Amino acid sequence: MIPTNLHYTRDHEWVKIENGIAVVGITDFAQHALGDITFVDTPKVGKKVSPHGELGVIESVKAASDIFAPVGGTVVETNPDLVSHPELINQDPYGKGWICYLDHIDTAELANLMDAAHYEQYVAGKE
Amino acid sequence: MPFIANTDDQRVAMLKAVGAGSIDDLFEDIPKEYRLAGLSLPDGLSEAEVLDRMQALSHRNAALICFLGGGFYDHFIPAAVDAITSRSEFYTSYTPYQPEASQGTLQAIFEYQSAICRLTGMDVTNASLYDGGTALYEAAMMATRITGRHRILLDSGVNPIYRNMLYCYTRNLSIEFKEIEVAHGQSDRHKISEALDDQTAAIILQNPNFFGGVDDVTDISDLAHRKGCLAVVSAYPLALGLLKPPGSMKVDIVTGEGQSLGIPLSFGGPYLGFLATRMEHVRKMPGRLVGMTEDGKGRRGYVLTLQAREQHIRREKAMSNICSNEALCALRAVVYLSLLGKQGLSEVARICAQKAEYAKVRLSQIRGIEVKKTTPTFNEFTLTLPMDAGEVVSRMIDKGFAAGFPLGRYYRGMDNYLLVAVTEKRTREEIGRYAEALESVLWNR
Repeated sequence: MIPTNLHYTRDHEWVKIENGIAVVGITDFAQHALGDITFVDTPKVGKKVSPHGELGVIESVKAASDIFAPVGGTVVETNPDLVSHPELINQDPYGKGWICYLDHIDTAELANLMDAAHYEQYVAGKE
Repeated sequence: MPFIANTDDQRVAMLKAVGAGSIDDLFEDIPKEYRLAGLSLPDGLSEAEVLDRMQALSHRNAALICFLGGGFYDHFIPAAVDAITSRSEFYTSYTPYQPEASQGTLQAIFEYQSAICRLTGMDVTNASLYDGGTALYEAAMMATRITGRHRILLDSGVNPIYRNMLYCYTRNLSIEFKEIEVAHGQSDRHKISEALDDQTAAIILQNPNFFGGVDDVTDISDLAHRKGCLAVVSAYPLALGLLKPPGSMKVDIVTGEGQSLGIPLSFGGPYLGFLATRMEHVRKMPGRLVGMTEDGKGRRGYVLTLQAREQHIRREKAMSNICSNEALCALRAVVYLSLLGKQGLSEVARICAQKAEYAKVRLSQIRGIEVKKTTPTFNEFTLTLPMDAGEVVSRMIDKGFAAGFPLGRYYRGMDNYLLVAVTEKRTREEIGRYAEALESVLWNR
């Protein structure tokens, strides 16, 4: 259920490193808790964020929640499909529902994040 | 105090319950010097005495014939506006706090939004704001949110009262304003172009501007967009019955004072602010917004929508601290616009413009008066007088006229300039008497 090749935050974002660049999204637990997602305010390309910095906002029928950066870096690309299809996050949070790519990252920061097993325990504690 | 419902006995019981011996004990945490020692008020009056007193006061009001504008205008209001808006269904439920509670009020606001969108030529508008000045502030903040920039150019043809409000509201928000002086009564393209840079969030204009000048600002919008900056225009909604709408001038945010749409002149309001924008910016727009939808059975219904960005959900990250709207005034506006219709509104606007042109001709016949003709105008125009305009205004009050707005009050070097407004209510005879009074003030001192 929880992909083992990703790193997870306590705020329910995931991050995956591909060729030195980080791709960021929110977890299945997060999308389920939010309910139907109606809008994603993605960050501007070029924005610099520090770890746990604000990346954007997700609005659902229930709430509006901040997306925090799992690791620091510079936004180099955002998911263009989310503009007209925010529900992709509900449908495929670990795939087509990705939010953005961060470059200029420090992979040492990954040590502060949870692996899949830890995240599974963490989520179990939430339920 | 008969309007406090509880009795002495109840008060003693309550004090006992909280362990206080007396009311004074209850408030002992407040130092004595900060407590009210007593109010020096006269004795009460009977209802009849109050009526006499209020009538005596109201007789001190001077019924002046109004040639004063400056953003607020003496337009005719059909009696049906009062009759409809004072219905208790509207009057006592003037702000829908519960999202779906009041379908009638929500529908009225939805109709109001539709009317403002059509007038301004924009895609979306909110459910209204407090007044033209606060609406302009919200537009400025919205531009900073959209662009992520903090520098704003402000045309000096924007109502000086609004400019003061902008400075006041943003004093602690590290926003840098630069004022661009108008040249020959019009926005100075050259200076605007020079001042625009890639740190500029918005250029704020007014059309017609404070001097009455009407402008097509499409080229300024283009200049702004080339720098990734927004064009914001404060508009006079009744004038939009005749003038090219800001939406056709590539403007990004349109605001304005809605008083001209069926709201009586009063000292400080309540008035009506509107703010309209393009669909792409809807989520950065402050305030509540009514949408039309269908319920589970397919019936039409109205709801407050896009609530997630508002402060009861986003707290300190909300788009704005506006959490209400000016629903009763917005209702007046939509009732007024519905009564007049498209044709009626454009007729009123045309009559205003024609009467103003007549007044220009009549007033320019007076020795020493020059009517500024550098720009076309709508219903308001600038005169230069052979003496201080403020003094002329004072003397005209004795002759029964609110003669206009002395521009020297806000513009340096313009002490002899008078801003004159003419609405559809002014008759040819009143314009004639106004001209005669002005002539006698100027030349038979």
